[in-house]
Amino acid sequence: MILNIIGTWVAATLTIAILSFLYKDNPLYRVAEHLYVGISAGFAVIYAWAFDVYPMLVDAFRNNLHQKHYLEAWILIVPTILGIMMLCRSIPKIAWISRWPISFTVGIGAGLGIVAGVQGYLLPQVSDTLRPLISVNNFVMYIGVIATLFYFYFSKEHKGALGVVSRVGIIFIMVAFGASFGYTVMARISLLIGRFYFLLHDWLPIIR
Amino acid sequence: MTFWQRISTVDRRILYVLLCLAVALPLILKPKTQVRVSEPVRSAFETVDKLPEDAVVMISIDYDPSSAPEVQPMLIGLLRHAFKKNLHVIVTGQLALGLPLAEIALNQVGPEMGKTYGKDYVNIGYRPGGSAMMIGIGREIRDYFRTDYKGVPLDSFAFMRSVHNYRDIGLLVSLAHGAVAEQWIQFVGGRFNQTIIVGCTGVNAPSLYQYLHSGQIKGIIGGLQGASEYEALIGKPGSATLGMPAQSAAHGLIILLLIIGNLGYIISRRKKKQ
Amino acid sequence: MKRSVPLTIVFVTAVLLIVAFFIPHKPFGDLQSRFLNWYTIVSGFTFLLGLDSLTRHHLVRVFRRVEGWGYSLVLVLALFATMALGFYSWFKFQSPFALRAPFMWLYTYMIIPLQSTMFASLAFFVFSAAYRAFRIRNFAATLLLVAACLVMIGNVPLGSAFWHDIGSLVHAIIPGVSVDKLTALEGFASIKDWLMSIPTAAAGRGIGIGLALGGIAMSLRIILGIERTYMS
Repeated sequence: MILNIIGTWVAATLTIAILSFLYKDNPLYRVAEHLYVGISAGFAVIYAWAFDVYPMLVDAFRNNLHQKHYLEAWILIVPTILGIMMLCRSIPKIAWISRWPISFTVGIGAGLGIVAGVQGYLLPQVSDTLRPLISVNNFVMYIGVIATLFYFYFSKEHKGALGVVSRVGIIFIMVAFGASFGYTVMARISLLIGRFYFLLHDWLPIIR
Repeated sequence: MTFWQRISTVDRRILYVLLCLAVALPLILKPKTQVRVSEPVRSAFETVDKLPEDAVVMISIDYDPSSAPEVQPMLIGLLRHAFKKNLHVIVTGQLALGLPLAEIALNQVGPEMGKTYGKDYVNIGYRPGGSAMMIGIGREIRDYFRTDYKGVPLDSFAFMRSVHNYRDIGLLVSLAHGAVAEQWIQFVGGRFNQTIIVGCTGVNAPSLYQYLHSGQIKGIIGGLQGASEYEALIGKPGSATLGMPAQSAAHGLIILLLIIGNLGYIISRRKKKQ
Repeated sequence: MKRSVPLTIVFVTAVLLIVAFFIPHKPFGDLQSRFLNWYTIVSGFTFLLGLDSLTRHHLVRVFRRVEGWGYSLVLVLALFATMALGFYSWFKFQSPFALRAPFMWLYTYMIIPLQSTMFASLAFFVFSAAYRAFRIRNFAATLLLVAACLVMIGNVPLGSAFWHDIGSLVHAIIPGVSVDKLTALEGFASIKDWLMSIPTAAAGRGIGIGLALGGIAMSLRIILGIERTYMS
């Protein structure tokens, strides 16, 4: 209980410290900022141990040995070595060693990306665009997708018919960006509401 | 300096004070507002509602404290709905900093709805790897999560014994604040035909409507507004509904100031031309 | 060795994953599964990259007593204290995020307020920037502003209330028009729904198709060894 009260006051102090930057840069804000970076870096170490190294290496190795799956256990040496090679990036003389695990991760990313890009995005999105033009919405969607694609075709100057279609594309893009802006404002204000609720309800019980 | 020029260049700290008042006063005064439910949120609600009893729902916590005010009410609403329908819930995540938020929500809603950890829901924790992990658990969850987040083997939980991959999961819910929701849709929805609904921040909502239109996702709960709509549908108003009057006031203020600022701009431009 | 081995690794892993998509049976499916598992393990080590340079940079600042060394001391102490609490919580409670664990206290009362407030303060900057800089200089900017305002007002209960007032005004001018029927249309919310589901989705899809094609092209360049920037 007492720890919760102390914690609430610590949280409120840190909240006000960060918000004080709105007035001007000051030592309280700088302390809070450095505290945040330090704690986040510490979290990274704990995550690496608790959610990766321990369960996927140490515990997996022990479990496989216990179940007499010796190949499954000892083959974990390979990703362990790759992981340690990744850390060599911090030492300039042997930083080139980290290219191997980086290549491994990049290769996996590229392979997965191609399949997902086609199966997970291109095919469904293109097939959904090609609907019968029997409703206004389908027609608008069709024109919008084509016009937007034409706008981003910069290999030819936007003149004549291409210019007209590009201008239609700009209309759709501006509407989309306006909608994004509206939603972004909503999102940021929601975050502010959350902090104000904490200050006015959890810290100072003004809201009951 | 003319009146309009002075208005356009007002000290930003006055604007900050106005915003603070617009947010704080409705929170204190708590005016009543009515929430209108939009089609994407209704669709998300119905997708959960149509699941049979004992179906398994996987909720992926893909947000962190920076988006918690928007997305945490969605998680709480979804958990209340799922537990009311007697669904089994598996919680995992793609953002390590978000998992404790799930723990907080589970410890609030679980006892409230009379549900027990291990029997009705399980938190399997976080693993790095992103899309690789998403595809990997399509073969076998235990390749990545042999135990829950506390180290208890998954097979110790009765309902988890029959859950091996996406074929055994009725619905995947991604509560996301970045591009992770799109990864679930493209990597898992595309490859495994998994039914997906997405709860997201306002920043990401516009980019997800194309997936809703193509049927790749069954619903979107977007931003604090979406969270308040979901709370209205389950009949239990929470922090999202409480925040809507403040949201209204802030939006009204910003629209008013945009109109004033642009009026000043148009008048100043006309005077310059003359 | 420094170039040829990484290029070979990229080619082999990527091609294996693409082949395994079409032939999920042994040995490709098993190899894919193993590689994805290894990828997850190796990704975890990347958390630690950067930690070394961060710690070294700030420790040097502390020992040399450069200007602002006090802040660096705060950072370093916070880093080691977090690690100590985290390992203690993990050993005692089997998880750093058990509800009663000290690490969870750190998360609840320090990480949540710090991270939330950092992003919440963006609301002020967006607000101030929108007021000072968002001007309808041309047709495109006007369209952007109108769309933004329609979405902002359609998203909140204020929009419904405002629409109801418009309905009352219309009814006052044209008594034949029913206020209830007009209110039920929920004009601003309906306009917002349409804007999001059709024009915004269309533009997003057009941009997304371009991005997807670009991503596929880039992936192919990486696999074939034409793009090598990841090796620098």
